[in-house]
Amino acid sequence: MSKTIIPFGPQHPVLPEPLHLKLTVEDEVVTEVIPALGFVHRGLEKLSEIRDFHQMVQVVERVCGICSVIHAMCYCHGIEEMMGIEVPPRAKFLRVIWSELHRMQSHLLWLGLFADSFGFEALFMQFWKIREKVMDISESTTGNRVIVSVNVVGGVRRDLNSEQISWILTLLKEIEQEISALKKTLLTDYTVTKRTVGKGVLTKHQAYGIGTVGPVLRGSGVVQDTRTLGYAAFNELNFEPVVESDGDCYARTKVRFRETLQSIDLIRQAMSKIPNGEINVKVKGKPQGEVVSRVEQPRGELLYYIKADGNKNLDRLRIRTPTFANIPAILTMLPGMYLSDVPVIVLSIDPCISCTER
Amino acid sequence: MFKKLIRNSRMKSPWLLHFDCGSCNGCDIEVLACLTPVYDVERFGIINVGNPMHADLFLVTGTVNSRNSMVLRNLYEQMPNPKIVVAIGSCGLSGGIFREAYNVVGGVDKIIPVDVYVPGCPAKPEAIIDGVVTGLQKYDRIVN
Repeated sequence: MSKTIIPFGPQHPVLPEPLHLKLTVEDEVVTEVIPALGFVHRGLEKLSEIRDFHQMVQVVERVCGICSVIHAMCYCHGIEEMMGIEVPPRAKFLRVIWSELHRMQSHLLWLGLFADSFGFEALFMQFWKIREKVMDISESTTGNRVIVSVNVVGGVRRDLNSEQISWILTLLKEIEQEISALKKTLLTDYTVTKRTVGKGVLTKHQAYGIGTVGPVLRGSGVVQDTRTLGYAAFNELNFEPVVESDGDCYARTKVRFRETLQSIDLIRQAMSKIPNGEINVKVKGKPQGEVVSRVEQPRGELLYYIKADGNKNLDRLRIRTPTFANIPAILTMLPGMYLSDVPVIVLSIDPCISCTER
Repeated sequence: MFKKLIRNSRMKSPWLLHFDCGSCNGCDIEVLACLTPVYDVERFGIINVGNPMHADLFLVTGTVNSRNSMVLRNLYEQMPNPKIVVAIGSCGLSGGIFREAYNVVGGVDKIIPVDVYVPGCPAKPEAIIDGVVTGLQKYDRIVN
């Protein structure tokens, strides 16, 4: 049987981002996958030598536009821990609200793109229609749709008043109803189950062994969610990590779908418990020392290593993003699958190439 | 009459090709958001295609770096004439916040000629639609 090498990407209609995979194919079956990265590499970590540590908040937000709040939050946590800054409790709750809104829009975006990857365009349009409501919340509370720039070292930049909170709660109710209405189509439709059940199976042992994170790991039955560490105000909220046990594309879809609803619940809890008070504190001095900061991104665990030696510029900034940890999962899942399943399986880890290559 | 038919069909159904050239995803999802029900550019006959040989409009988001400049030029050359290039977002215009990073060449116009510039970080869907419509007016002038 002869071998053919098929390039997947860097410009591919399924994936808006430039991921390049060299697929070795025998007949219709993939036998080997070689990823080629570096199309989006900009060298953001090195920018910390030019920009000071306050300006770096804006730079790390642009590591990835989809989860910018969470990147900035992780960076700010690191600097705050290093400098011993106590963030006001109201700011912690506001961070939770905006980060969960971002998780929601990221999961809705993914659910839409995933439906598009197996050609279910109507479902794609429906999810993106719901997502626009979440974007409206972002726009009216922060002034921008995607990169909202609310975090600063020492707190947050903007506050929510009681009118905004009640408006967000009514909108969340609508969003919850609309998402629940799509549940039947997404999880029981013949097309969807045919394309996702049993595709790209990752056992619990494999998923843990190759170090996957986030919904890929939780879809394989491992209970791991960085939010349970209780950063920001998550220690005061009630939630359980969403776990499914099958480890296929369908299980990952279910995890992300349930997490979207969980985020709505978390925002409601945060809004009912939010205390009054200041939203940021004044930052004095310069960071010194080294710190590792971890938060849960929509795609999994995000890790920042920050080293500073008392200057206004940081010494070293290292970012480990969840997609970087999940790429070995693609390489494990793809061999043995049909070529037509490749887009579905690649998308099932929710790749964010701009995060990975920075 | 045949010329008029071609001209009309070109103007009424411009197909677009989108390439993410090192952006942070912010502008890319806004480009995709343009295609979805709330903004819906399909009412202008615009469809997102994957094949550069089918496309009339080229939407580029993000900065150019040394590795993807080849891909960008390739895609541009594969598109049939006449073609319009729309650069989206601050990084696509000049490099934006990444301007000083070591691996960044600069804006899209350093590699291929750009017709319309859409500013914003990220550019809003309204701005992108406006950019596309401005591009189409220029396209109209080129075709005639």
